[in-house]
Amino acid sequence: MSAQALPNPWQAMAGVLQRDLRLALRRKAEWLGAVFFFVVVVALFPLAIGPEPDTLRLIGPGVLWVAALLASMLSLGRLFEADHLDGSLEQLALSAAPLSWLVVAKLGAHWLISGLPLVLLSPILGLQFGLGPEALGLLALTLLIGTPVLSLLGAIGAALTLGVRGGGVLQSLLLLPLYVPVLVFGTGAVDAQMRGLGAQAHVSVLLALLLAAAALSPWACAAALRLALE
Amino acid sequence: MASWVLTATDLACQKAQRTLFEGVSLAVSAGSWLHIEGSNGCGKTSLLRILCGLSPAARGQVVWPGSSPATPPRPDRSVLHYMGHALGLKPDLSASENLCLDAQVSGLRLSLAQAVQALTAQGLKSRAHLPVRVLSQGQRQGVALARLRTSPAQLWVLDEPLVGLDAQATDTARALLQSHVDAGGALIMTSHHDVGLQGPGSRFQLGAGASVA
Amino acid sequence: MKLFHYAAPHNFYHLAGRLWPWLALVASALAVAGLWTGFMVAPSDAQQGQAYRIIYIHVPVSWMAMLIYLAMAFWSVLGLAFQTRLSGLMTRALAPTGALMAFLSLWTGALWGKPMWGTYWVWDARLTSMLILLFLYLGYIALTSAIEDPRRSDRAGALLAVVGSVNVPIIYFSVQWWNTLHQGASVSFTQSPRMASVMLTGMLLMSLAMWLYAVAMALRRVRSLILVRDSHAAWVQQLPEVLALRALRSAA
Repeated sequence: MSAQALPNPWQAMAGVLQRDLRLALRRKAEWLGAVFFFVVVVALFPLAIGPEPDTLRLIGPGVLWVAALLASMLSLGRLFEADHLDGSLEQLALSAAPLSWLVVAKLGAHWLISGLPLVLLSPILGLQFGLGPEALGLLALTLLIGTPVLSLLGAIGAALTLGVRGGGVLQSLLLLPLYVPVLVFGTGAVDAQMRGLGAQAHVSVLLALLLAAAALSPWACAAALRLALE
Repeated sequence: MASWVLTATDLACQKAQRTLFEGVSLAVSAGSWLHIEGSNGCGKTSLLRILCGLSPAARGQVVWPGSSPATPPRPDRSVLHYMGHALGLKPDLSASENLCLDAQVSGLRLSLAQAVQALTAQGLKSRAHLPVRVLSQGQRQGVALARLRTSPAQLWVLDEPLVGLDAQATDTARALLQSHVDAGGALIMTSHHDVGLQGPGSRFQLGAGASVA
Repeated sequence: MKLFHYAAPHNFYHLAGRLWPWLALVASALAVAGLWTGFMVAPSDAQQGQAYRIIYIHVPVSWMAMLIYLAMAFWSVLGLAFQTRLSGLMTRALAPTGALMAFLSLWTGALWGKPMWGTYWVWDARLTSMLILLFLYLGYIALTSAIEDPRRSDRAGALLAVVGSVNVPIIYFSVQWWNTLHQGASVSFTQSPRMASVMLTGMLLMSLAMWLYAVAMALRRVRSLILVRDSHAAWVQQLPEVLALRALRSAA
């Protein structure tokens, strides 16, 4: 009844993805919390600033992006914590598949659970700010490209602070500087389009950031996770 | 002459500026077992993690067949199976799901039938489809041992594998470990109890001695 | 190789001890020269009057804030590649000075801004990037302080420094873009006054002084870190300063 070795790492990645998604489905309360946070924060701004339509249209993309950023940061705490505590992380480190690939799969699952709902909700919430349909579409697109970058960069912070006391706040301090480029280009795209300038340049830079993060982050995360296991 | 599976030379371990142990050398060959004993806090778990490549040693090297002393060991689940204190079981998945998904994540293929078979051999057939969070501590240990049954690895590194098991489960576990050694596998384990394994093997007192072959 | 001889903390401790007082002395001399040049010798600016003179501090500390982060990244790469303990210690020793430089840059920038543009803070691309650089420094210091295990602390810090340094040009570029896009902030320090050669001399003297100061402080700090890290080692116990401290304590 011995297990056979798998021919390639892709199936190991599929296993990680499947396991994390299955676990998330059985614990819906965990990830729904971050989604509700997003919705509530977005609603707070009109309450704080006032219902003036022009003001809201001006701040809308920024507010939605910052709220998505904060919600993403909030959900990062759970990324590696559970695996570290129940011993799954060291089994991942001992897997025949490279740890960096498994990290990509974990991040994929994490984004599907925590990032994608934000992307899908953003057009609806954007209506609260009186954004037009093109702006809403572009906003959703920038979030679609941007939230994976936030997950990829955020994972580095989560891995570095795994098991460290004060980890949550520390993680935020580490991540905010790294998040600035994504934020600037994400909101800049919608801003540019609302003014009638093209948003293509911004979207291209966002895509470049995504590729760069996808290349750098798994390696850095794997190194940081092995450090946490020592 | 049995082929060797792992040798360690002059290992030292430091935790928080304190030297836990130093000058530890050992070698394990196929078909033999090594029982590491020592008082609480003497570094048994740290030693096992160094042997698995999870932690670095402050000094010394661990060498596998085919690797050179210069390259650090990165053994994976196809050659080494590590069972730590934290069992690596997901509470919200069932025992059989845990076994199958854990195998897949580790780069191995295990069918559901094989998983259930292993759980049955460990006496957990009725618990196979229950989520692990409703199982008792001893039953969870049993699930971890069932996972061990399915492992194709030659070397088993086990940290307190018998903890929490009742008399019958302990016998089953002991038989499992014995059959592994008899079949040509290698075993390194820690335990506070006498496991009573037969065949070529030795006991190593950490904190007292320096070398064992 | 001779260099690796000094990679041992024991040897580096003594080398650093010999070097830093001289560096501090030369730095002080250069600082005096630079400040005298900047505040006494250089003419006042046609547009900005006397207040512009703060650039003799602002520009050198800004350069140093960026340079020190690069130095930290350099040591981090060395440490990750060669696994030398000293690299982690040097990176940690550099961080507080770098953070100080970034803070001084922001503060002098604010002091410059008030008489010039009427406000203490403008969202100029450079100032904003410097603010983010300060956060990067603080993040590094916070992370390395929070992790207790020395090896993990060093290596986690090294990873963070490397990731941060890759991001610094990206952050700077994105903030530049953001600044030009939002034309509301029309003030810019990039429109610097045309440099008379004596002004340039003053700035160069100050930059050199700041650099030597930073190196001297880093060497001094790394000595303390080495003592703390290796406090149980025999060579530390035998040091004259440690023995003297012991004698003092037992006498008290």
